[in-house]
Amino acid sequence: MTTISVTVNGTVHKATVEARTLLVEFLRQQLNLTGTHVGCDTSQCGACTIHLNGRPVKSCTMLAVQADGQAVTTIEGVAKDDGMHPMQAAFKECHGLQCGFCTPGMVMTALGIAERHKTDQLDETTVRHELEGNLCRCTGYQGIVNAVLLGAKNMGVKVA
Amino acid sequence: MYSFDYIKPTSVADAAAKRAGNDDASYLAGGMTLIPTLKQRLAQPSALVDLGAIPDLKGISVANGVVTIGAMTCHADVAASADVRKHIPALADLAASIGDPQVRNRGTLGGSIANNDPSADYPAAIVGFNATVHTNTRTITADDFFKGLFETALEPGELVVKVSFPVPKRAAYAKFRNEASRYAVVGVMVAETAHGIRVAVTGAGACVFRMPDMEAALSKTFAPDAIKAIAVSADNLNTDLHATAEYRANLVNVMARRAVAAIA
Ligand SMILES: Cc1cc2nc3c(=O)[nH]c(=O)nc-3n(C[C@H](O)[C@H](O)[C@H](O)COP(=O)(O)OP(=O)(O)OC[C@H]3O[C@@H](n4cnc5c(N)ncnc54)[C@H](O)[C@@H]3O)c2cc1C
Ligand code: FES
Ligand code: FES
Repeated sequence: MTTISVTVNGTVHKATVEARTLLVEFLRQQLNLTGTHVGCDTSQCGACTIHLNGRPVKSCTMLAVQADGQAVTTIEGVAKDDGMHPMQAAFKECHGLQCGFCTPGMVMTALGIAERHKTDQLDETTVRHELEGNLCRCTGYQGIVNAVLLGAKNMGVKVA
Repeated sequence: MYSFDYIKPTSVADAAAKRAGNDDASYLAGGMTLIPTLKQRLAQPSALVDLGAIPDLKGISVANGVVTIGAMTCHADVAASADVRKHIPALADLAASIGDPQVRNRGTLGGSIANNDPSADYPAAIVGFNATVHTNTRTITADDFFKGLFETALEPGELVVKVSFPVPKRAAYAKFRNEASRYAVVGVMVAETAHGIRVAVTGAGACVFRMPDMEAALSKTFAPDAIKAIAVSADNLNTDLHATAEYRANLVNVMARRAVAAIA
């Protein structure tokens, strides 16, 4: 067993984990943050996407011990106060979800897209390309692409 | 996953020492290949030596016409590096074509070449640019590094520290991507280096290889048509559910011409 200290959504959590505990297992089972989903467990679907030090990564393909001393943001930590984050609101507005299973990962990836393009311009082709790590079985993606563009725009990103 | 011990050294020497005393241990970089392998119980290391806390393994520097990249530098950082973009744009493009954003944020140069997946992109850059791999004990030239299917010149416990890429005069990477995984079905790096034209092919065979006929033809005339008639043998090329050996043989020529066209 290894003792780790991970800052999750701004709060420092000290915990004891097995070396083989995945980060997503730690988040869901030890911290009860079940917003982060496991869709495939094989690094393909992106439902488990969280931010590690501000950058989207797949938490099913990372050990909890690798996050020791790092900062993690999950979907639960995205909105300020009680309302929705502009990216979450855009998914609602644009019908960017149906069953919602992929949505937490989609939003975390979308926030990464907005962050990477905050100083240039974002277009639909770029959004489609940068959503490649996230699968959705319901929507056909059009609503998701629209949501990412609207959410980014409402966050102040220039959108073509 | 079977259980294992976990060690997080903070220096190259310490990492190598921890690994040396432990034949069944394994280095852990971004885990993009290793963790899926452990999940499937295809490997049972006694310990993982995590390379994530060693500052000397990270970063990108440029000096005297050589771009040097630390083994633990992730693909996203290579793709976004202004230095790499300026000096070797084809390398930035290659890094940006790997996997998806989440994979690029974790997967590393060192892990990619140590693993030597037949469809990995970086081997085409290492061989195409005639780069040098620096390990904790020696330097290995590109043509000597990749030995076969998932096989490299690395000795057990040898640690990739960094790779130095001589800046080519011009270069381009053309990749036919697997739409699901984004790995190269076939990828071809064409580069004009200080020591002549190099054509390096990944995805097609057991590991990266060069195309001497194409290199010779392009040295005479640098144009797509100069290599159009050079047939690629399907013997020993890969057949899998994505493509047959014959299809890959054809793709090698097509991708090589696309790379040349992108430069010429
Ligand atoms: C969904 C997905 C899509 C991908 N698509 C692509 C693609 O399009 N193109 C592509 O090229 N790759 C692709 N990859 C591979 C990925 O980019 C990584 O480069 C690769 O998985 C290696 O991962 P890593 O760096 O995290 O190394 P790890 O998985 O941590 O390690 C891999 C192996 O290398 C050894 N190792 C790691 N670092 C060192 C070192 N410094 N010295 C010695 N040995 C070392 C480890 O012991 C292990 O055996 C993809 C991966 C995934 C999961
Ligand atoms: S659950 Fe992590 S990528 Fe699918
Ligand atoms: S909304 Fe159902 S998987 Fe995307």
